[in-house]
Amino acid sequence: MSTESGHANPGYMRVFVFLIILTVAEVGAAMVLATSSAKVPLLIALAIAKATLVAMYYMHLRFEGRLLRFIAIFPLILSIILAIPPLVDALS
Amino acid sequence: MTQTTVKPHLMAEVAVAEAPHPFPVWGGMTTIKFAIWLFLASEVMFFAGLIGAYIVLRAGTPTWPIVADVLNVPLVALNTFILIVSSVTMVQAYAGIQAGDQQKLKNMLVTTTVLGIVFIAIQGIEWSALLGEGTTPSESIFGASFYVLTGFHGLHVTGGVVALIVTSIKAFRGRYSQTSHDGVELMGLYWHFVDVVWIILFTIVYLI
Repeated sequence: MSTESGHANPGYMRVFVFLIILTVAEVGAAMVLATSSAKVPLLIALAIAKATLVAMYYMHLRFEGRLLRFIAIFPLILSIILAIPPLVDALS
Repeated sequence: MTQTTVKPHLMAEVAVAEAPHPFPVWGGMTTIKFAIWLFLASEVMFFAGLIGAYIVLRAGTPTWPIVADVLNVPLVALNTFILIVSSVTMVQAYAGIQAGDQQKLKNMLVTTTVLGIVFIAIQGIEWSALLGEGTTPSESIFGASFYVLTGFHGLHVTGGVVALIVTSIKAFRGRYSQTSHDGVELMGLYWHFVDVVWIILFTIVYLI
C-alpha cells in the first residue's frame, strides 16, 4: 500500500471475484472429494492461492520492494522448516 | 528551460509522492510501515506455531472427529465470505483516501468495522452451539486445539475491530487526507493479514 511505490488501483474487484470463486471451489471440493487422497493437496493449494492473492494485491506486496517481500516470505520459509521434523515424528 | 508534463491520471500520485511524510522514510518506505511489517512477520511465526501444533496433534491422535459432523461448515463458510468482503471494503477505503474521496473512506471504514463485528458475532454463535453440544476445550485434544486456534484468531479480529473504530473516528474528524493517510494504510495491512490467517485456518480446521 505504498505511496512510494506509486501503484494505481490494481483491480480490487477482480481479485475479490477470484477469491469468492476459489472459496466456493474449496467448499465444493471438500464435499465432493471427502474420501479422496487428492482432497488435502487440492485444498491446501487453493488456500495458498487465496492467501497469495490477498497478500499480493490487497497488501500490495506485488508492488513493494525486495525488502518487504523478504520480510513477508522469510517467516513462512522458517515456519515450514521448523514444522517438518515434528510432523515427520508425528506421522511415524 | 524544460518543463515536465504530468499526465492528468498521475497527478494525484505525484502529489502524494512529493508531500512531506509525518514519519521518517527509510529503505523506500516509512519507518512505521517497516515496523508494522516486522510485527506481521512475528505474527506469522506465532500462528505458524499454533497451526504446526494443530497439525502435529491431529496427525498423532488416533481418534479425531470428522470435522464436518462436529463443526458448522456452512455457517463458517458464510463467515469466511464476510471476512473476504471486509478485506475488499478495507482496500476500497484506502483507494478512496488515495483519490481524496473522504466520503468513500468513511463509508468503507464503517462497513469494514460492521463486517468485523458480524464475523465475531457469528463466531460467538458457533462457539455457543459447540459448547452446548459438549465440545469443550477440556473434552478432547480436538476441542483444545480448535478453541485455541479460532480463539486467538478471534482475538486478533477483535483487536482489529477496536483499531477500525479508532481509524473511523479519525476519518470522521478529517485526520486523513490524500497526501497523509499512513493510519489507513497500516490498518489495512493488519486487517488483510487477519484475513490471510483465516483463509488458512478455514481450510485446515474446517475443510480438511
